[in-house]
Amino acid sequence: MSALLELRSLDKRFGGLHVTRGVSFALHAGDRVALIGPNGAGKTTLVNQISGVLPCDSGEIRLRGEDVTRLSQARRVRAGLARTFQITTLAPHFAVQRQIELALFEREGLTGALWRSVDAYPALRAEAQGILTRFGLRGHAATATEDLAYGEQRLIEMALALALRPQVLLLDEPMAGVPKGDGARLLAALDALPSDLAVLIIEHDMDLVFRFANRIVVLAEGAVLADGAPDDIRRDPRVRAAYLGN
Amino acid sequence: MSTMTPPSALAAPPALATAPRCAPAWRAPLVLLVVGLAACALLPDQFGLLTRIFITVLFVLSLDLVVGIGGLATLGHAALFGTGAYAAGIFALQVQPDPLVGLLVGIAAGAALAALSGAFLLRYQGFTFLMLTIAVSQILLSLAQKARRWTGGDDGLSGFVMGPLLGRFEFDLEGRVAALYALAVLVLLFYLARRLVDSPFGLAVRGIHENRARMAALGTPVLARLWLLYTLAGAIAGAAGALSAQTNAVVGMDSLSFALSAEALVMLILGGAGRLTGALVGATVFTVLHHTAASINPYHWLFVVGALLMLVVLVSPAKAWAWLRRRAGAVQ
Repeated sequence: MSALLELRSLDKRFGGLHVTRGVSFALHAGDRVALIGPNGAGKTTLVNQISGVLPCDSGEIRLRGEDVTRLSQARRVRAGLARTFQITTLAPHFAVQRQIELALFEREGLTGALWRSVDAYPALRAEAQGILTRFGLRGHAATATEDLAYGEQRLIEMALALALRPQVLLLDEPMAGVPKGDGARLLAALDALPSDLAVLIIEHDMDLVFRFANRIVVLAEGAVLADGAPDDIRRDPRVRAAYLGN
Repeated sequence: MSTMTPPSALAAPPALATAPRCAPAWRAPLVLLVVGLAACALLPDQFGLLTRIFITVLFVLSLDLVVGIGGLATLGHAALFGTGAYAAGIFALQVQPDPLVGLLVGIAAGAALAALSGAFLLRYQGFTFLMLTIAVSQILLSLAQKARRWTGGDDGLSGFVMGPLLGRFEFDLEGRVAALYALAVLVLLFYLARRLVDSPFGLAVRGIHENRARMAALGTPVLARLWLLYTLAGAIAGAAGALSAQTNAVVGMDSLSFALSAEALVMLILGGAGRLTGALVGATVFTVLHHTAASINPYHWLFVVGALLMLVVLVSPAKAWAWLRRRAGAVQ
């Protein structure tokens, strides 16, 4: 089976700082890959390179076999790549439902439409409401996003990415900042991700990583230190030394 | 946990953002038409002032699309207005005097300048964008000064006489036709702007205003959307400029001036940015104040505007409303 996302020798430098070094790995349909590593290992930089926020200094990114290394962020999204952010990145004053509708309009290529009202697309409205129901946010359809609890805003991050119907999903610390105990709905949402979706997740919570991932890539000082099944990673002495401790 | 209480009006620049449904696009323009016609009927000796209000409102409306909806702070919006004004004036003088054709020429000129300058300006954000918009308008101002043969330089462009509107209605001395013409164009363009803001395009642009990174992650071609918004706003500013040229039969250097850009921004802040209706209120209040206060004291009328602006900026509308409601409750 061909890879949905393939990274070949990705490099990124910020001045003298070599942040990612020759990173190569691939994601296939249904993969649940966790990207772990100590702070400053280059995890978020890598996600920014993949999603097109940062240009690559060298290397190649292939999405569904197509070279997207030089494509804009928007083109990569249209090619099937979606992401969430470590720091909640939403339109704070938008009603929750509008926010979801916005993702749907974008997916359908409608944000160039100048004449019809946003309310004149009943199918998309219904789909947005369906997504809100699925995430347990239906009661908040008209609430301004900034008025939601933080954990619920993290859910919207994920709902927006899924509304785009991606084939590859990058989750940058979806649980970051969510108090323990408030994370149940997020965990349920992670479990409910479409089975054929290729997921790359950055996460520091090792319980979650080992529960969710069927493969783990360890990044240290910008380079891939290890790449394998969770049990192998857990036993790998280099990983233990670099990151996991005992 | 959050509740179903609506967020404060202050916290929501785009009024629509907190509402699950948009108000019908024709409602506010219809109110504007009725109020405008009533003003024309009740103040038959003030057609000149009314025309100026209608044109100013149209210009500030265009500015609101850029500043309030798109979130792009500009101090060079007069460049688009002045270009529309000079284009319509030169067209009337050199080609033909039909007002509607001239209006279209002004619209095209404003849109063309916005499209050209926007392709460059919109690559920048924040303070850099702001300074570059000033630079563009200053360049145009000095070009207009140099090209005396076309623009009349500091003396202004004059000597053109507009033909009858629709081939029937001559522009009369009292200014009745001019006022109704300006009102009609304003209502039509206000309606179009309303539709634009409520469309998926408008939603995306407001999304860019709220959070660029989010919109890019949703796959929005951010620059292309902002460019189209800027071009359409340029068309509306060009229309305002053309109306000004046609109804005054003169175009001065001040139509490209920094002062005009800054005044328009003051009007927008006065009325509230991001709602379109704020442009109506702000421009009307400012123009009426200008007219009345300046006739009382031509040197110090800006004190009144300054004081009003401080009041609006320092006292939040939400608090003012709450205070008014409490007062109303106490009276009852």
